[in-house]
Amino acid sequence: MLHFELVTPEKLLRSEEVYQVVVPGTEGDFGVLEGHAPFMSTIRDGNLAIYRADKSEPELVPIKGGFAEVSATGLTVLAEQAG
Amino acid sequence: MASLKALKIRIGSVKSTQKITKAMKMVAAAKLRRAQEAAEAGRPYAERLEKVVASIASKVAVGPSSPKLLAGTGKDQVHLFVVATSDKGLAGAFNTNIARLARRRAGELIAEGKTVKFYTIGKKGRAVLNRLYPNDFIHSIEPGALDKLGFTDARGYADDLIARFEAGEFDVAHLFYSRFKSVLTQEPTEQQIIPVSIPAIAANATGVSASVEYEPDEEEILADLLPRNVGIQLFRAIRENSASEQGSKMTAMDNATRNAGDLIKRLSIQYNRARQAAITTELVEIISGAEAL
Repeated sequence: MLHFELVTPEKLLRSEEVYQVVVPGTEGDFGVLEGHAPFMSTIRDGNLAIYRADKSEPELVPIKGGFAEVSATGLTVLAEQAG
Repeated sequence: MASLKALKIRIGSVKSTQKITKAMKMVAAAKLRRAQEAAEAGRPYAERLEKVVASIASKVAVGPSSPKLLAGTGKDQVHLFVVATSDKGLAGAFNTNIARLARRRAGELIAEGKTVKFYTIGKKGRAVLNRLYPNDFIHSIEPGALDKLGFTDARGYADDLIARFEAGEFDVAHLFYSRFKSVLTQEPTEQQIIPVSIPAIAANATGVSASVEYEPDEEEILADLLPRNVGIQLFRAIRENSASEQGSKMTAMDNATRNAGDLIKRLSIQYNRARQAAITTELVEIISGAEAL
């Protein structure tokens, strides 16, 4: 499972284990699964798609402004506004 | 000695003051809890952002082409003091302490021949500094209640600051606010926000692997992150300030309530003495009147 965190300046919105997250990057959407290589991208305004399990219906979370960071510990999305 | 009537009125007025300070203390205590939670909830974002900026900044060579927010203007002449205080008083030495620190630093810089300008957030800081440096204000904001300020407001102030920086109004910006350490201690703090202070960043740069891929490239990400970082630093300062203000207010109002209690006790003793004296005099008058017959 992928450790996923969604943080806004106001608070830590999510911190959970998920299967996959599709992030709207500035240069195109990208999906992050467990074991993704270290990566950093700015994001454009759009929807985060969170897949709790393989082939399950994604949960969409609108986000605005910020960036995503993939490191050994998982995916962290820092958004100015979310939810 | 004051008359009985006057004493009674005095006691009554101190009692109602005590009621007010007690209510204010309880309001501050309730608000403090919320402000403290808010300040703590904002920490993860600020910490992560700092780490990311640090790791990228350590990779990008600082040169003439790098963003001004990172490299600075190359000068160190005009300093801008962003002084964050509150709009309301009755919070003990909260506002005074922040203003005092800013004043001391301003004195040091002016003695070195630098120019200091002020940008205040909050009425109280403005009031104190305006007396000493009436001609050095470039802007002041009166935000009303601190706990109502959201990130969008902070971002707005940051954008304004950055625009002034780009226009060359100042070279270095310092932020003054009160760090919330505990309910009893709040520490006035100075922090350099523009350009981003490198030593603080270098200390944070550890633990990030070198093989990270960036999209778009490092410089573009940095150009996006640096203004964001200024916004978040301001936001954090405002949150900390808000918690500090309530903490300080609570302590101040607790003291005021206790003082009012002491005063009531003293006045009551005085009142009882006066009453007894009056009764004694009356008795003496009656007895001597009766003896004379």
